[in-house]
Amino acid sequence: MTDLPPLFADWFAAKGWHIHPHQQDMLDRADAPALLLIAPTGGGKTLAGFLPTLVDLATTPHAGLHTLYVSPLKALAADIKRNLTTPVTEMALPIRIEDRTGDTTATQKRRQRADPPHILLTTPESLALLTSYPDAPHIFKGLKRVIVDEIHALAESKRGDQLMLALGRLQTLCPDLRRVGLSATVEDPAAIAHTLARHPDPCEILLADPGPAPDIAMLDTDAAPPWSGGGAKYAIPAVLDQVRQHKTTLIFHNTRAQAEIFFHNLWLANDDGLPIGIHHGSLDRAQRLKVEAAMVAGQLRAIVCTGTLDLGIDWGDVDLIIQIGAPKNVKRLVQRIGRANHRYNAPSKARLVPANRFEVVECIAAIDAALAGELDGEPRGPGPRDVLCQHILITAASGPFDADALYAEVTTVGAYSALTRADFDACLDFVATGGYALRGYDQWQRLKQAPDGTWALRDPRSDRRIRMNIGTIQDTDTLKVRMKNARGGKPLGEIEEGFAASLTPGDTFLIGGQIVRYDSLREMTVQVTPDAAKKPKVAAFMGTKFATSTQLSQRILRLFQQDTWPELPDHTAEWLALQRRVSHLPEPNRLLIECFPHDGRTHHAIYGFAGRNAMQTLGLLLTKRMEELGLDPLGFLATDYATLIWGLEPITNPAPLFDIDALRDGLDRWLAGNAVMKRTFRASATIAGLIDRNTPTARKSGRQATFSSDILYDTLAKYDPGHLMLQITREEAMRGLVDFGRIEDMAARINDRIDLVTLDRLTPLAAPLMLEVGRVPVKGLAEERLIAEEAARLMATAGLEL
Amino acid sequence: MNFCDITLNGAHLKTLGSGALWWPDQDLLCVSDLHFGKSERMARRGGPSLPPYETRDTLTRLAADLDHTQARTVICLGDSFDDLQAAQSLPEEERLWITRLQAGRRWVWIEGNHDPGPIDLGGSHLAQLAMPPLTFRHVATPEEAAEISGHYHPKVTLPTRGRSISRPAFLLDAHRLILPAYGTYTGGLRSHDGVLAGLMGPDATAILTGATPVRIPMPRL
Repeated sequence: MTDLPPLFADWFAAKGWHIHPHQQDMLDRADAPALLLIAPTGGGKTLAGFLPTLVDLATTPHAGLHTLYVSPLKALAADIKRNLTTPVTEMALPIRIEDRTGDTTATQKRRQRADPPHILLTTPESLALLTSYPDAPHIFKGLKRVIVDEIHALAESKRGDQLMLALGRLQTLCPDLRRVGLSATVEDPAAIAHTLARHPDPCEILLADPGPAPDIAMLDTDAAPPWSGGGAKYAIPAVLDQVRQHKTTLIFHNTRAQAEIFFHNLWLANDDGLPIGIHHGSLDRAQRLKVEAAMVAGQLRAIVCTGTLDLGIDWGDVDLIIQIGAPKNVKRLVQRIGRANHRYNAPSKARLVPANRFEVVECIAAIDAALAGELDGEPRGPGPRDVLCQHILITAASGPFDADALYAEVTTVGAYSALTRADFDACLDFVATGGYALRGYDQWQRLKQAPDGTWALRDPRSDRRIRMNIGTIQDTDTLKVRMKNARGGKPLGEIEEGFAASLTPGDTFLIGGQIVRYDSLREMTVQVTPDAAKKPKVAAFMGTKFATSTQLSQRILRLFQQDTWPELPDHTAEWLALQRRVSHLPEPNRLLIECFPHDGRTHHAIYGFAGRNAMQTLGLLLTKRMEELGLDPLGFLATDYATLIWGLEPITNPAPLFDIDALRDGLDRWLAGNAVMKRTFRASATIAGLIDRNTPTARKSGRQATFSSDILYDTLAKYDPGHLMLQITREEAMRGLVDFGRIEDMAARINDRIDLVTLDRLTPLAAPLMLEVGRVPVKGLAEERLIAEEAARLMATAGLEL
Repeated sequence: MNFCDITLNGAHLKTLGSGALWWPDQDLLCVSDLHFGKSERMARRGGPSLPPYETRDTLTRLAADLDHTQARTVICLGDSFDDLQAAQSLPEEERLWITRLQAGRRWVWIEGNHDPGPIDLGGSHLAQLAMPPLTFRHVATPEEAAEISGHYHPKVTLPTRGRSISRPAFLLDAHRLILPAYGTYTGGLRSHDGVLAGLMGPDATAILTGATPVRIPMPRL
């Protein structure tokens, strides 16, 4: 056991603290090449990560950078700096701590490069940028430790892949670099360890005491949840009651739109005037900071929020978490619950509020899973190649490189450890020449190979462009929303460009909890005025929709198999019993299809339980096949558990429709011209450096010069269908929005065991589907017809004729 | 092939869904802002290496329009090349293709701001061309009338049921017609933009490109 130096022992004693067992463990294993600590929130995890650094710096003088700390949030870097400064100042340690994020001034950044602090706190993007400078070897000279905080969150995204590639680079510069990962509770610690380790070196995993089991249950409400919808308006009085009974409540939502609507309704019912705030990613930064400050100061009783509060800052006095809507994913639920009570060894308290009848079942299943400690997650698959292309560009910006050495370095990264040389070379060729079938012109070369075999930028000035495009976070095209006012007006937040385009002057919508009226669009800013209406005309803007995890879906299917459901509220248990009487309940290893007439059309409800994205893809593929078979489908909609298809003819022989080879074949044909592919292409092409990041300034200055990435996609598909960017797009779409993997899993699971039930009317389980929004018409000449209709109307209004 | 019939200063014209303008009485086809060689220019200047297929794609569409209309005169209304060096760097195959299209036709390159000088390809090079009752030039001149121009890459955004649709468009009023960009790698400027709104009279209409050309009052909001 490594003893705590007297200075530290005294400091702990003065505070009346004892070193936690996992903090001691971290100190004992300070020399491990890679170490992953899994600990609940509030367990002194950050101090555990920094303790070896502080002890080393206190006892051994060190010049230059000693420890690099990387977190997914800028705010977290700033917060950690404050928290670390306390022990350092109190023990008078000779340690300089600085942060470096997108918010750091240029002067400060330049100074940090010349004279790095002992501890630098940063984000994956700022680190990637640092490694792109030719003086990177100087900046990182002597670096001994790197701490990756909230690694469970980073490991799920391309930000993590980029970070690990950067660590591979640092390890080359500083071979003795020790890696430490700090993670919340996850389902597969070994996978996170594989991500963190320098492949093939091992990575030890330390599991801290998980603390007492959480107090988690459904929220009791007087009213029953509605059949469909996501508003949970029925639960407002019960939620307000809870807010009154607790010090601080976080009210989590799955989407920004739902958070906006709920907040609005909460205010309408908030007769006591309880101080309640709203916090989500589309709100203006100043507004968000105000809410955060009020929260830290203990001035708020509740915050309506989204995933933006999943991570980060220790909010202190939160004693209740309310989750509105089914959690969709048990792991996220458990991590959210951990936000309550940041005191070690105190149970966290959480209440779940299903937004509709089906979500009652989902919530019960999620609570069971959370209490059983059964977390979920999908394996991430090999490292994405668009991120690798960007990494090659970053490497080139820092100076000439040898392809063999870079390949060796990249394959030390867990996610890229199985990368073949051929795949690497394809990425290098794309970066160097664009990877087009024809070339041979000098001006097409972005990288040139020197006689000694090393690769370097053809035009050294292009490093600026590379640096401006660093990062893997996809910026959606958003427009600022401001109150209309002669001097510019108060900024409220941002909305997606697509949503803005769907507005006509006079439309009202919700943002930051207030109803505003759309007036006009001026230079990329949406101008609005407050509106006294009770109900906004357009609900709210879109947001990410999570798909229910496979594990949770399986739990729901198993729950269905019970004879009775004493754990469910009566209204929900009766609903399921009725479904069993008139039809079937879906089973884990069979596929239930209900066929019934409704509104003069034949409807098919297909209970695939494969998650929203996969069920959407299934809807597209099935309607295409049905069209070929002359079944005249008219449209479909998808939820996490079912696809509903309506049309003119019933399915009589379902087996061939669900043949996985036929579906895959249909997918290939359908994907080519699909909007999902174009969206994915844009994201990947931006990361890989084919398209410049769409900065607001670039958009403001002359739209003429820029053109849609859809054109690039169409051109490549037509003239160069085998191009690397299209291969990457396909890979990314398959595991992202298309989610074909889950359709394959479903097909394997049901293995031709299909129950086609023909009924004379709508079933209890299908009824909520009828009320869902998001109907997709089966496309044909729909767009031309829409334009023609609208044109006729406009011309008629203007008194003109075609 | 679908057309939209329009009249400017007594001349009967047809706009094509492709973005080309056809003047049957003169056997004339006019296209604007081809921006040949855009990918080459971007790459040369250290920008992204875009797929180098835009020239052949634009030529494929132009050849199809010439096939349909059998036009004897072709006017390229400026910014035919992304810059003069792009014109010189055109691959041999694409130069030959242009030469084939020029055979047996009068071919006029109007100068644009991107290609302000002579180029090493057949056809005549002019700053502007008067063909009574119309005048062809690259950029619209506010005080002139009976004028056909390009330059602005106009497009129109139309909110319809459920979604908004954006298309390149012709803009027409009593005095002028502005053509949309014909080149594959071209973006657009919305008709809402101050420049276009100021240039076009209150009676202006927009004709959307696409499978069925449709005409609407020019959106200004």
